[in-house]
Order: sequence, then C-alpha cells, then structure tokens
Amino acid sequence: MRPVAVIGVGKTAFGAFADRDLRSLAVEAIGHALKDASLLPSMIEAFYLGNFAGPSFVGQNHLAPYVGLAAGLSPGIPCTRFEDACASSGAALFHAWQAVASGVYDLVLVGGVEKMTSQTTPKVAEILAGAGDMAGEGNAGATFPALFAMIARRHMHQFGTTREQLAAVAVKNHANGALNPLAHMRKSITLEQALAGKPVAEPLTVYDCSLVSDGAAAVVLAPLSRAHEFPGRFARILGIAQTSDYVALDAKADITTFQAVRRAGEKAYQMSGLSAREIDFAELHDCFTIAEVIASEDLGFAPRGEGGPFAAAGCSAINGRIPINTSGGLKSKGHPVGATGAGQVCDIVMQLRGEAGPRQVLRHHVGLAQNLGGSGATCVVTILGAP
Amino acid sequence: MDQTNPRNGTVYTETIVFSAPEQYVNDAPYQLAIVDLDDGVRLTARILPESGPVQIGDRVVFAEDRNGVAFYARQ
Repeated sequence: MRPVAVIGVGKTAFGAFADRDLRSLAVEAIGHALKDASLLPSMIEAFYLGNFAGPSFVGQNHLAPYVGLAAGLSPGIPCTRFEDACASSGAALFHAWQAVASGVYDLVLVGGVEKMTSQTTPKVAEILAGAGDMAGEGNAGATFPALFAMIARRHMHQFGTTREQLAAVAVKNHANGALNPLAHMRKSITLEQALAGKPVAEPLTVYDCSLVSDGAAAVVLAPLSRAHEFPGRFARILGIAQTSDYVALDAKADITTFQAVRRAGEKAYQMSGLSAREIDFAELHDCFTIAEVIASEDLGFAPRGEGGPFAAAGCSAINGRIPINTSGGLKSKGHPVGATGAGQVCDIVMQLRGEAGPRQVLRHHVGLAQNLGGSGATCVVTILGAP
Repeated sequence: MDQTNPRNGTVYTETIVFSAPEQYVNDAPYQLAIVDLDDGVRLTARILPESGPVQIGDRVVFAEDRNGVAFYARQ
C-alpha cells in the first residue's frame, strides 16, 4: 500500500435550494475540487459518488455517470455510486483510497450529493427511515429521531447525561456554524432556546436534530508521491477505516456505544500510529446531539459515559481542548446525507491548511473525520495530516 | 405469574414520537419502546396508548398485533 494525499477539495453551500437540482449541485462541488487541485476533468481516472437516496428523493437512478459526465469526466472511466446511508460518501472515500493506495489509479475523484428539500417532512422521515430495518423498527413507527431518542434515553439512564448537556452540543455547533459562510443555518442559539424547542421524539427537540439539506462535496485523491505536482496545499491520509454493524437498533447489545465507531477508530488510529490525544480537532457525525456525545466517547476524546459533561464544560469548543465540529456540524452546517462524509473531509482540510477564517483552530496538524451510517451500522473514520 | 413467559418483558428504552413518518402521521404522538422479552429476545414495539406511557425498567406485556406491529401494555 502506498501513502495517499487529498490534493483538492470543494463544496457547495448547504441549504434549501428550490432552484437547484441534484446534478447541478454535484457538478458545482466537483468543479470547485478540480480547480482546487488544478486538474482538468479529463485527467480523472475513476469517480466514486456517495448518495443515499437520490432515487427516492428526486426519482433518479444511475447517478454516478449521470453526474460525472455532466462534470466533464471522460467517457470510459468507471463511475460508481456508493450507498451506505449517511456514510455514503465516507464509504466512497474509503473505496477510492483503496484504489489509489493499491496502485490501481493515480487521480481519483470522490463526490457526495443529496437533494432532500423537495419532499415534505413526513416523506423525508419515511425515506430516511429506510436506513434502518424497515420490516422491524421502521414498521413499528421508528423514525431516525426516534431511534436516536431511544439511544439518548438509555445514555441518560445509564450515565446521568442531561438534556442541558445535549443542548450544549447544539449551542456550540450553532455558534460555529454562524461563522461558516457555507452553513445551512447560520445563527447562534441559546441554551434556553434549545431546551424549549418543539419535541420531535422525546427527549430530543428540533434543536437536537440535524437539518434536512441540499448540497454536495468533492475530494480529489492522488498518491502522496505525486502530491507535489499539484499546487493546492495537499493533506495526507494518515489513517482510514470502514466498519459495519447490525442495521436494526434492537439487534445491538448496547446502544449507548457504537461498536462500528469504536472499531473504525481503533483501526484508523493503528494505521496512523496516533492516539486520541494526538488529534488536534475533529468533525464528528452529529446527526443528533447524542450522536456527537457518544462519538466523542467512542473515539477516546472523553471517557465512557462522560461525553455530556465534556461538551457542557466547553472541552469541544473552538478554543477547547479538542475542537469538535468547527464547521457547525450536521446540526448547523446541514446534513445533505450523501454529501456529509466528503463534506467533513473538506472541512478538515480547510482547517489543516489554516483557511478556516474565524473558525480556525490554533493547533491544526492532525484532524479526524467520523461519518456514521444509520443508527451505527456503518462507520468511516479518516485521520488527515498537514503536509 | 409466569415470569419467563416470552410475552412479557422489560422496557430497555423508549421515546414518544411527535414527528411521525407518512405512514403513521395520524397516530402521533405515540410511544415506541425497545423491549427485552423474558426469553432473551429484544424487539421494537409500540406501547398501547390507553396503557399510559412507560419508562425504562417498567414491566410490559404483549397486548395485540396490528399489521405486524407488536403493541405492548404496562403489566
């Protein structure tokens, strides 16, 4: 296996864009990433596109060549869609990394896209529920907020995690997102607002839930040995791993921890030779506030059961011990499901380059991205380092 | 009472769903729970509205099956 670098990144703004279709969003993000790497589309040798539910949200299948050729990629190269729920573009990245690391290709493009806002809220809930076990929990009426609400209830029961601690995650991520020009909801909220939010699935309110968004992101990979050929400031992939677990929440023995996250973290740490304490900052998959709390424990940033107090004490703020979700996270930046994993990598690379503006963290040598699918059935952890 | 009757169980976790999927919009709000049955099986079930909300650790009993969805009630 040879070392791999990220040589270009690009994103659209995340938001509700009534006048934009899926393809135009993806083409825009790809254009930004290729320009960032100073590459022509015709130089790309393979395209890996993450998308969760294009067929359900917008009625379009066969998305990778549909998007790739529109972006100017050469006819004749392999274009493939990856679907692992909310970890779809994390999975696309993992497989693209394998192809470059193993020497099959040099210049590979990873994309992620979702167009969600043209559907009603109950329809979106139903489509997203398809990331769970539809014959079991889905048929019983479990939405994704309901699954994570049950996770939160159990975490509160076992560890004393409070509503205030969950709300602190939302307050922090909104404060960060307010500083991100590409974020969906660029406004700060107070703890009181978060606690008084409309209930979605108790104990979670609207402020505990990530946003339904449109958006796209793209990342260009190359072997590290060629990274210097491309003038954009590259980042090294120090560690990367993808893992899985049962799709149904009720098939997992302990729902207060995600085994897929623990295993992906262990593998990525091992590959990088780094430990949690050597990570400078992270983008964690905060589809719900409780998900960030548990991920911070599963990846070793906070002790088990103490992710709530860790967040409430400001340890994960931009100026904290380990800044988490300086982009605003899925909570404020937005969560166009299929774009989220690739988008996290874009945000990490911006911080590594020192290009995060008012959100810039002080120590930015090593960043970690964690992308979760469903209620923990897929996880991709990527550790990136500055050159 | 037979404590090992697989139709009885204990609430492992629960939530009250306010924002429902399209299929169940008319049922909301409703309570959903993961139940640990006495025979070791764990399943996701609905709580019968008339039995009142349940909490973690509460004992529940199978009430009825509606279109493949198991409804449980407080024991």
